[in-house]
Amino acid sequence: MAKVKPRVKVPKSAAAGDVITIKTLISHPMESGQRKDKEGNPIPRKIINSFTCEFNGQTVFSCDIEPAISANPYLEFTAKVDEAGTFKFTWVDDDGSVYSDEQEIALK
Amino acid sequence: MPVARGGSAGNLSGGKTLKTLFSVSMAAIMSGGMWASVVLAGPSDDKLVIDEQIEMTTRTAAPEGHPLDEVISGWHYRTPETRALETDTFQNPGMLAVEEGAQIWETVEGTEGKSCATCHGDASESMAGVGANYPKWDEDSGKPINIELQINKCRVENMGAEPYKFDKDGQKPLTAFIKHQSLGQPVALDLSQGDMQTWWDKGKDLYYRRTGQLNLSCATCHEDYNGYRIRADHLSQGNANGFPTYRLKQGALVSIHNRFRGCIRDTRAEYPAAFSDDLMALEVYVTWRGSGLSVETPAVRQ
Repeated sequence: MAKVKPRVKVPKSAAAGDVITIKTLISHPMESGQRKDKEGNPIPRKIINSFTCEFNGQTVFSCDIEPAISANPYLEFTAKVDEAGTFKFTWVDDDGSVYSDEQEIALK
Repeated sequence: MPVARGGSAGNLSGGKTLKTLFSVSMAAIMSGGMWASVVLAGPSDDKLVIDEQIEMTTRTAAPEGHPLDEVISGWHYRTPETRALETDTFQNPGMLAVEEGAQIWETVEGTEGKSCATCHGDASESMAGVGANYPKWDEDSGKPINIELQINKCRVENMGAEPYKFDKDGQKPLTAFIKHQSLGQPVALDLSQGDMQTWWDKGKDLYYRRTGQLNLSCATCHEDYNGYRIRADHLSQGNANGFPTYRLKQGALVSIHNRFRGCIRDTRAEYPAAFSDDLMALEVYVTWRGSGLSVETPAVRQ
C-alpha cells in the first residue's frame, strides 16, 4: 500500500440543521519510527501527524495523530450543516506532504 | 454554521447488539464437553446489508448431501464491531486491497503488452459471477482451477508475464478484486464439469480425515463445534465465501490456501503446499459447503 490516497464519504445533501456523519480514510503505512529493518537500522518515522476538516473556511474538526495510530487511519466525526458549501479535508505527512480532498454538500 | 460534535476517531456507527443464539443441534450438545468450558459464541441473527443496498445471503438451506441443515456465513460468528466493518465498503479495510487490484487490472505487464483489461474490458461486466463459480474444471491441466491459478495461467499464456508466486505481488489484491465483482451472488459450483466430482470426493475425504498431533479434522471444529469457542476465538462453519478475507489479526488480506495451511498447521500436522492437489481438492469441497451463501469478498474477520 505504497500509494497514499485520501478518501472521504460525505452525504450529497442534508437539510439545514442536520447533523451529518463524515467518514475519512487515507491509505498510508504510518511507519512508527520504532521498528528496525533487517540490518538493525531504525526505520525513520513517517506518519500522518495531523488532520483538519474545514467547512467554508471554518475548522469543523481537527486532531493530531500520533505514532501509535495504525496504518490507513480512519477518522469518523459528525458536523452540523446549516448552509450549502464545501468540506475541505487536509492530512499532513511527516515529510511535509499535504494530502487534501474536497466534497460539496447541498441543502435539501 | 457547522459545529463539531463528539469527534470520535474510529468510532463505529450503527453498533448492533450481539444476540447470541443458543441454537445448538442436539448432536452438538451430546458430543459437547470436549472443550472444558462450553461457551456459545453465536451465530448472531443480524442481517448483513452492505452499503444499505446489497442484501447478502448469510444463512441458507444447505445443498443436498450437506451434513448440516443450514449453511451460515462466518460473518454471523464475529463480534458486533467486526460485523459492522463489513456493512460499509468505505470502512471495510479489505477494500483498499480491492482498489489496488483494480489498478493491477489496468496495468500492462509482460511481453505481449497487455493488461487484464485489454482482453476482459470492464471487470464489473466481464467478471460478474466469476467469483461465485470458481473453482472450475480446467481441461488443459486436467485439474480444478481457482481464480489465483487462472490469473497465473492468463499471465503466462496471454500476457507473457511471470506467474505470481503464492500470496506475493498482485495475487491477493487481484483475486480479491475479481471476486468482489460477484459481491452478493450466491456461491454455486458446477460439479458436473470434467472430474470435479472426483476432486469433491477427495476433498470430502480430507475434510473428515483427522490429522496432526492434535488429531483434528476440519469437521471436528467446523462441523461438530461451530458456535463454540476455541480458546479466545469463535469457531465458524469455515465457509469460503468471503476469501480473500481481511483478517484483523494480520491487518491484511488472507487467501484461502493460506487459511487452509494455517488451520492444518494448528492441528500440528505437516501442511501441504499452496495449490497442491490436496488443497485444491479441499478448496472444491469447502467452497461447495458454502453453496448458496453470497460472495462476501473481501469479508472482514478477526
